[in-house]
Amino acid sequence: MKRDTVQGYVRPDGSIGIRNYVAVIPTVACANGVADMIGREVKGTVPLLHGHGCGRALEIGMQTNTLAGLGKNPNVSGAIVIGLGCETISAEAVASEIAKTLKPVEFFLIQNEGGSRKTAVKGIRSAKKMVDDASGMKRVECPLESITMGLECGGSDAFSGVTANPAVGLVSDWLVDAGGTVILTENTEMIGTSHILSKRAKTPEVGQRIVQIIETAEKRTKDILGPLASYVIAPGNMDGGMSSIQEKSLGCICKAGSRPINGVVEYGRNPNDKGLVILDGPGYDMESMAGLGAAGCQLIIFTTGRGTPAGFPIIPVIKVSSTTRLFLAMEDDIDVNAGAVLEGVTLERIAEEIIDLSIDVINGRKSKAELNRQGGILCLYAATPAF
Amino acid sequence: MKPNVIIINTQDNVAVALEDIPEGGIVTLPGGGEFTALERIPYSHKVALTDIKPGMAVHKYGETIGYALGDIKKGAWVHTHNLTIDGVMV
Repeated sequence: MKRDTVQGYVRPDGSIGIRNYVAVIPTVACANGVADMIGREVKGTVPLLHGHGCGRALEIGMQTNTLAGLGKNPNVSGAIVIGLGCETISAEAVASEIAKTLKPVEFFLIQNEGGSRKTAVKGIRSAKKMVDDASGMKRVECPLESITMGLECGGSDAFSGVTANPAVGLVSDWLVDAGGTVILTENTEMIGTSHILSKRAKTPEVGQRIVQIIETAEKRTKDILGPLASYVIAPGNMDGGMSSIQEKSLGCICKAGSRPINGVVEYGRNPNDKGLVILDGPGYDMESMAGLGAAGCQLIIFTTGRGTPAGFPIIPVIKVSSTTRLFLAMEDDIDVNAGAVLEGVTLERIAEEIIDLSIDVINGRKSKAELNRQGGILCLYAATPAF
Repeated sequence: MKPNVIIINTQDNVAVALEDIPEGGIVTLPGGGEFTALERIPYSHKVALTDIKPGMAVHKYGETIGYALGDIKKGAWVHTHNLTIDGVMV
């Protein structure tokens, strides 16, 4: 199979989409109904419903960046932003940030348009036009280096760090060597590995940033949970053979392979660096994937030991199971069985399988999470409570 | 014999058991070679691939996951009872 090129949609800013959705982005939960109406009426749109947009202060910048980043994601051909009018996250700010990509974007405010139905009518008209334009776009041959792959693990078990994550690590190295971008995130799952990850940093500044974000994750966990923190850091893993936090975290971070870490990007932002990058984000899968989407990932590789079916609205998510037992139990949800390693198949062979499937999925084949319509709703990260 | 452990990194001095290995059972390595398990190695736990002297680093993933508390003999179970750790678990 040809592996140095992929088939994608070229966006006006030169980025490459592997899906061709029109995103309908409510800036606040109050606009979800209108976004949903547009989504149901116009096939080809994806409403990114969520529960945020107001009642906060500290996270507004980050969440504005995240919503805008999702609109800017290359898998999105155009975006319609629906605001209420009095919320903290500005629909105009989100729309104008998306417009920097030169993709079509429009925004409507429910309070200005005279209510939900009138706003939906306008949104539907714009959405139909955007979907019509997008449906005329053809996939063309693009270099593999235009791909940004996000890494995720959820519902880990004792073998996640033995089979699935090391196999994905080889895939990460492959994409980095091909000139692409790989994003590792989930700070809480890096606790105990500062010294290892910072050694791999491209510059001392990047190394210091890595140490800092992991320290913050550890401190926050302890501040919130007190004596219960160690349960979060090591949830029942000792019985599974994990003897230290380092050992557990090493099992998580090995999905990022072995290449140098070129940068640390904040949640909601797109990294300027190619190669391997760390996204400063939470361990909660759904919020983590929103960060990966805003960072421009077109594809997410998600390893799981217990079996999670979660996907993401605008991004194909490929599931890799750590054991054959899980693969057989949840075959509907799992794309690749890395558990075969335990039966004597090499990690290299599993990595090849993931790469082959990734290329297929990039080129248009649906992942299991896509087939199951497991996109779910958008979960945005927030570190402080609403007021 | 089919291997019953996996070595994640070539620099590792421990392997991970793919099945419960009883005391006196045979540890069969992926690249060939075998030795006796000195004690029970539970499924997904670690077995020492070499003698590890007190204070020496225990490597998994090619990285240090802790230091030997006492003499760890080849074939011994490696876990919290014979490892000192930075960042102690519960």
